[in-house]
Amino acid sequence: MSSYFFRRLLIAIPVLAGISLVLFTILALAPGDPFEELATNPNVPREVAQRLRAQYGLDDPVLVRYVRWAAAMARGEWGFSFASRVDVTTLILQRLPTTLFVIGSAQLLGIVIALPIGILSALRPYSVFDQVATTLAFIGFSLPTFFTGLLFILFFSIHLDWLPFIYRADIDATGWRWAWEHVRYGLMPIAVLGLFQGAALMRFTRASVLEVIRLEYVQTARAKGLSESGTILKHVLRNALIPVVTLVALQIPAMFTGAVITEQIFRVPGIGSLLIASILSNDTPVVMAITFVYACLVVTFNLAADLAYGWLDPRISYHG
Amino acid sequence: MTAGMEGGSAMDAVEIRRLIEDANTGKISRRSFVHVMAGLGLTTSLIGQMLAASGVGAAQASAFTPTKRGGGGPLRALWWQGPTLLNPHFAIGTKDQDASRIFYEPLASYDPDGQLVPVLAQEIPSLENGAVAKDGKAVTWRLKRGVSWHDGKPFTADDVIFNWEFAVDPATSALTIGSYSDIEKIEKLDSHTVKILFKRPTPFWSDAFCGVRGMLIPKHLFEGFRGEKSREAPTNLKPVGTGPYKFIDFKPGDLVRGEINPNYHIPNRPFFDTLELKGGGDAASAARAVLQTGEYDYAWNLQVEDDILKRLEQGGKGRAVPSLGGNMEFIALNMTDPNKEIDGERSSLKAPHPFFSDPAVRQALTLLVDRGAIQEHIYGRTGIQTANFLNAPSRFQSKNTRWEFNIDKANQVLDTAGWKRGADGTRAKDGVKLKLVFATSINAPRQKAQAIVKQACAKAGLDVELKSVVASVFFSSDPANPDTYPHFYTDIQMFTVTQTQPDPGNFMNQFVSWEAATKANKWQGRNITRWRNEEYDRLYRAAETELDPGKRAGLFIRMNDLVINNFVVIPLVWRPRIAGVSNTLRDAVASGWDSDFWHLPYWYRQG
Repeated sequence: MSSYFFRRLLIAIPVLAGISLVLFTILALAPGDPFEELATNPNVPREVAQRLRAQYGLDDPVLVRYVRWAAAMARGEWGFSFASRVDVTTLILQRLPTTLFVIGSAQLLGIVIALPIGILSALRPYSVFDQVATTLAFIGFSLPTFFTGLLFILFFSIHLDWLPFIYRADIDATGWRWAWEHVRYGLMPIAVLGLFQGAALMRFTRASVLEVIRLEYVQTARAKGLSESGTILKHVLRNALIPVVTLVALQIPAMFTGAVITEQIFRVPGIGSLLIASILSNDTPVVMAITFVYACLVVTFNLAADLAYGWLDPRISYHG
Repeated sequence: MTAGMEGGSAMDAVEIRRLIEDANTGKISRRSFVHVMAGLGLTTSLIGQMLAASGVGAAQASAFTPTKRGGGGPLRALWWQGPTLLNPHFAIGTKDQDASRIFYEPLASYDPDGQLVPVLAQEIPSLENGAVAKDGKAVTWRLKRGVSWHDGKPFTADDVIFNWEFAVDPATSALTIGSYSDIEKIEKLDSHTVKILFKRPTPFWSDAFCGVRGMLIPKHLFEGFRGEKSREAPTNLKPVGTGPYKFIDFKPGDLVRGEINPNYHIPNRPFFDTLELKGGGDAASAARAVLQTGEYDYAWNLQVEDDILKRLEQGGKGRAVPSLGGNMEFIALNMTDPNKEIDGERSSLKAPHPFFSDPAVRQALTLLVDRGAIQEHIYGRTGIQTANFLNAPSRFQSKNTRWEFNIDKANQVLDTAGWKRGADGTRAKDGVKLKLVFATSINAPRQKAQAIVKQACAKAGLDVELKSVVASVFFSSDPANPDTYPHFYTDIQMFTVTQTQPDPGNFMNQFVSWEAATKANKWQGRNITRWRNEEYDRLYRAAETELDPGKRAGLFIRMNDLVINNFVVIPLVWRPRIAGVSNTLRDAVASGWDSDFWHLPYWYRQG
């Protein structure tokens, strides 16, 4: 298995290099540039914009710029944002805690809701509980997050005035009040995202458990006299949750770029909104850094998911 | 000036200035000031001028006279485009200028009428007080004493001179360079007086050091970061200014926070203890946050349709407040042929437009745009109907033009000029059909306006094809992209051009022949219609050095009339900037000629 691991690691390097080249070329070919606002400003002479473009090396050919960027990344210098001249790593680290809090909590909420409901649904298929849960799940993942987000805002913020709808990441309070304020501000975006992800996961869990429950060894376990809860916990879940675990592992990198739409609606200062703002203002270093980290995370977690699958399920083995 | 007073003490210029300052800051009431001055034999109009010149203008005559600084709690503002940097010399767009204005101040600001109001200056220079030279080549600014930077160092004339050197250095690539490049040199007369010497007679001498382009940064922190190193200065992200709030925190694109400056140079101001500027999101939800839920006190630039704003205002928590500058939503007509390519360039000066070269067609198109309907049904309060391209300040507004919407007259004009309807209903002459492509950015009000124009044109035999381009592409300066507005590869296009200064010099250079946008200047020329007119060029050159304000205004009015009477552009609506203001927030007066925060120290909350 370790040779498999090292082989995958070796393959990852050209994969990441290829991804970064494609990303860079697309960004370079895309229309617009970071200094477009200067063009509409009557008071800024055009030489200034031209000089800035030269200063940031924007007039050089694409390959030259790519090599320069790749060399800098290899050295550990991720560059500066064109717009704000702030270190890219600083920008990302500034937004990381908020992203982890909001998006991470949403993922956890999704899992916490989806697993028990999915399992219970599968244990009592086509019962009232199952019908209700399935219908709600369908509604949940059919409605896009911008719709449910706006619905929540209209209902909880404007109509009932219970919750604020503009997220504040900096709360100067301490102790319980600090935690309570964070809950108040984060409740709506976390709920919107969590319910959306939970809905899909619930259906998947239900299908996976249903598949395992029909297998013969479960019947054998029951016939042997094992208690129902024992059967479920020790035999069914262990097998049913393997695909669920790998699915969750694959969803974790998505947390990094976050849920862009939800961040936009609630003004959550996460990495997703930084990515979109940078794309719209053609801030190449920031976009490259974020997408490259995302690519690395995807590759890593794919590998982790494969390895976890192999470890959890003894039937699977990786040769060489 | 000396005069007798109670006790026989003489009163000289210094004492009078100190009295004026006390009246400004509320130490003595205006009534007692007027009383004293009247006792000295001055007329009330002169007293009024004394006060006005030193800053107690209409906007500052407030009902609120605090006796201590602070105590107002937090002020929450929402800018739906998040500021990305905090150095006024590098500010791209008003979001960065407004965020910088919290911490930095200029020598003077422009009030809603376009008049100068002193901030870091002691008083406004003028011909009357001798500070503006008669030949227009020198201005003397007296700086306010007792002003210190947030780190305690004093503000002096050296800082003013440094800002000029910093901005004018080409290696700095400062975006404010245009306002300082006409300065020959600055003489330091003493620690708080500077004399600016211009290269040529300069009617618009307040371009430098005033308004959003005049904010001053501290010399002692930027001294080591001139030229190329300027963007690395740590103070770029941790501003140290003279403003009412001191810097706490900045997250680019997201949040700017400031706390009260205990040593602010206006006594008993500001009112609020902390200021938080949140960025991101869109204009509609920003409007909701101020007008409907009251979560925020102030929201910038609500580009939302008027009926939505009216509905939100019914919540009773806030109101939409317009601030009028010179911004103009208009339709530009292409004087060159967008479909013919010469030397790799379309809309080239060498290829005149097939039908817009005929003034009758241009006149007909002008008659087919229903400005009344567009203003009433699309813009509402956020637009004012006008026939002029140049509308503000009021002395530059021409009274000689009129707009008309008349489909029959348009048909008549075209018939007389020989444009006959073909079998498909579209007019043609000598094989040239009146088929137009009409481009604009993607924006709901604009698409509606396009539809209105297209409908009217169809009734007169003009075939209009509508095109809409994503805003970030339409307004970009990318020389390789054919869909940008300076390329103008269509027949007509519509957008808003901003006039952010009360002097129309930079605004009206959009029609001079040497500014024509061409491939050679990478389409960065300001004259996108590519219209060339010798008389206009002559008038513009004359206005550049005309010092008499009356004559200068007359020249600009004639320039406006030339543009309108030649049907080069079709002005649609004059657009104010709309801010959302909470009903409990007072004195948050916005000026169309300056930043939203120009009056920030005077904001307070009541109710």
